[in-house]
Amino acid sequence: MVDVTLWAGLVPLADSQKHLSVQASTIRELLRKLQDRYPGLEGPFKNEVAVAVNGTIYRNDWSQEIPDGAEVFLMRRLAGG
Amino acid sequence: MSFDATYKEKKLKSVGTRPLRPDGVDKVTGRARYGADFNMPGQLVARVLRSPHAHARIMRIDVSRAVALKGVKAVITAADLPDLTNGNAALYAILDNCMARTKAFYDGHAVAAVAAIDAKVAREALKLIEVEYDVLPHVVDVDAAMAPDAPLLDENLFTQGIDPAPTTPSNVGNRSEFGHGDVESGFAKADVIVERSYKTEQTHQGYIEPHACVASCNVDGTAEMWVCTQGHFVYRQTCADLLGLEVSKLRVTSSEIGGGFGGKTHVWAEPLALALSRKAGRPVKLVMSREEVFRASGPTSQTSIDVKIGATKDGKITAALATLRYSSGPYADSWAETGAMTSFACYDLENVKTVGFEVIVNRPKVAAYRAPSAPMAAFAVESAIDELAHKIGMDSVELRIKNAASEGSRSSYGPIYGPIGIGPTLEAARTHPHMSAPLGKNQGRGMACGFWFNFGGQTCTDLNISADGTVTLAVGTVDVGGSRASLSLIAAEELGISYDDVKAVIADTSTLGYNDMTDGSRGTFSSSMATISAARNAIVTMRERAALMWDIPVEDVAWEEGHAKAVGASYDNRAPLSVKDIAAEAGNTGGPIAGHSELVADGAGVSFGTHICDVEVDPETGATRVIRYTVIQDAGKAVHPAYVEGQYQGGAAQGIGWALNEEYVYGADGRLQNPGFLDYRIPVCSDLPMIDTQILEIPNPNHPYGVRGVGETSIVPPLAAVANAVSDAVGVRMVHVPVSPPRILAALNAKAKG
Repeated sequence: MVDVTLWAGLVPLADSQKHLSVQASTIRELLRKLQDRYPGLEGPFKNEVAVAVNGTIYRNDWSQEIPDGAEVFLMRRLAGG
Repeated sequence: MSFDATYKEKKLKSVGTRPLRPDGVDKVTGRARYGADFNMPGQLVARVLRSPHAHARIMRIDVSRAVALKGVKAVITAADLPDLTNGNAALYAILDNCMARTKAFYDGHAVAAVAAIDAKVAREALKLIEVEYDVLPHVVDVDAAMAPDAPLLDENLFTQGIDPAPTTPSNVGNRSEFGHGDVESGFAKADVIVERSYKTEQTHQGYIEPHACVASCNVDGTAEMWVCTQGHFVYRQTCADLLGLEVSKLRVTSSEIGGGFGGKTHVWAEPLALALSRKAGRPVKLVMSREEVFRASGPTSQTSIDVKIGATKDGKITAALATLRYSSGPYADSWAETGAMTSFACYDLENVKTVGFEVIVNRPKVAAYRAPSAPMAAFAVESAIDELAHKIGMDSVELRIKNAASEGSRSSYGPIYGPIGIGPTLEAARTHPHMSAPLGKNQGRGMACGFWFNFGGQTCTDLNISADGTVTLAVGTVDVGGSRASLSLIAAEELGISYDDVKAVIADTSTLGYNDMTDGSRGTFSSSMATISAARNAIVTMRERAALMWDIPVEDVAWEEGHAKAVGASYDNRAPLSVKDIAAEAGNTGGPIAGHSELVADGAGVSFGTHICDVEVDPETGATRVIRYTVIQDAGKAVHPAYVEGQYQGGAAQGIGWALNEEYVYGADGRLQNPGFLDYRIPVCSDLPMIDTQILEIPNPNHPYGVRGVGETSIVPPLAAVANAVSDAVGVRMVHVPVSPPRILAALNAKAKG
């Protein structure tokens, strides 16, 4: 089971839940299950989200494995200069 | 991702050396071709008509007289750019910013464009375009825009991120919040509290080369564009989306780039050049003037930030709170959110809270500027930390060390850190000779820390081995800071050949797979990962070719130090084959030898830096001179140390300009008063001392060589480092950047009056 924290902008799209638990072994599975549960997340998940797994931030590599018990944060994808 | 990017310590031969950059001779001899250096037969010249008003409804545009002028081949308005954005608000903002649709939102907002046979005719045509405006009240200041009676830019903008949702519109697009713990209980435990409000003014990236492109649309639906950009693949996608072109039919070639710093991650005039070319049926060249660059291409945010920090007498921070208001131009964005995330990222805090407000104003659409949003937040927080140290009577480096984040700390933006470098940069500052050097009269010293995320992204690279054994490396990340040199070093290291035998080029969008742009300090980080992968794929092929040449099983061929070596008792008496040996026989062993890689370079390591600054302030004029400056930053691994140092120095120089002089100045009419380098003062070499650098190398566990991005973090600490130094020199806390002579004199006068 993975504990997920959503950034504030996603919370209204997830039934006002900031912290969620999801059974997932990869980022892709995690996002798919969250989207199944809260269809409103589909838009932001397309190109606005980055995923921090145990502190390392992933922006594209949705095949990344999530260790059991990992701490996951969904963050907004940031612009860089 | 199939490529194993895990860091493995190994002895390196090429990486870490300092050869000359491959583009160096062209650049110093004037042969390098920048955006405005490209020309096509029969090309037209484009000019853009811009709004003189800060806020005005466009009632009518009549282009008939301009169209009738001899030599004019096309005139476009928003009507020639139909809305194809399909509800994508971010894309619509780009479209509307390129060409105003119903309202001009700032002084300089494009309202029409002309393509003519030469610049003189184009300028005359602009004068013949009649625009009827209904001038509206405007607001350019971030705080004024939040006032209840402020003129509204968008009557349909309701602040998001507030519960319950507001029922009336405002100029605030979004509220964001980060943090953990309980700041109120943290402040209750504090012996000392510092609470201040700070302000930073809007600055421009100040790249020397203006935006420039040549666009050519053909009747068969294909199009080409040569352009100065940080991301030609992204420009291709955005322009294709805005103009309804098929992506693969638009070929974009990036020129050399005379500075970008984030400002060339956005399209500004390029869609207009394509639309004009499509209408005229001829190539169109569009080069923005310096004035246009200032008025109409993205500066950074103006900000207003409140900070409150509490600590015990022995220097342990008990709570930290920041409220950040960032302007984003006329379209809501997420710049304050980024500032809120970075504010306290350097510190290990039990109780922290940051709140960001995105504010729209009648200024140009904000663009990224080197670690976007972080420098302003760092200015406020690091100024408050400095004041806290003074209040407690503790050395400011020691206070930061006592509170610095480390591996396992929960960051203020949420996740727990892996291995990070803030502690080592502070330890290096503590022992650096700069910190203990004596100061003279009217001189002061300041220091500050800074953080930036860094990121990677989609990356594609081709590595081709020629018949003579030399190598061409084709990458898709635009070289903004010497990455062709660093990537050549990486290829040489992997293949075991000389740096001089590698030639790196930036491929166009039709000859290489998609690449994200060069931003987020990702150029060398991402493309080096793809280069390593491509080189290792080429080595697989070369081992196979060597096996054929020797007529032995490939399993008995190893790759060591740039050579194929036969292993095992049956074959190990054979002389090793070099890359040149294998390449020479390629035609008879299977044809050309190449390595390809497409991957997502993720897992970029976060970056930290610590800066030390000495200044001397003339108390009669308020003029400040930086007399010594030191940058200490973690690079993970410096692939080309000289260009890493260059990045450190460049970021510091830009930050010093921001801290001391640079500022968008608006008149009461909402018009920009200083759109030129005479009145917008960036530092030149004679303004600056030699900026000393110290590279720390704390390997990024997610890169084979431990590389982290280095391009952005160096602009984060200077605003605070300089302001802290000036505050030390004049004995007054400076809270408004730039700390220009008028502000310093005003502070000194206020101090004299008590």
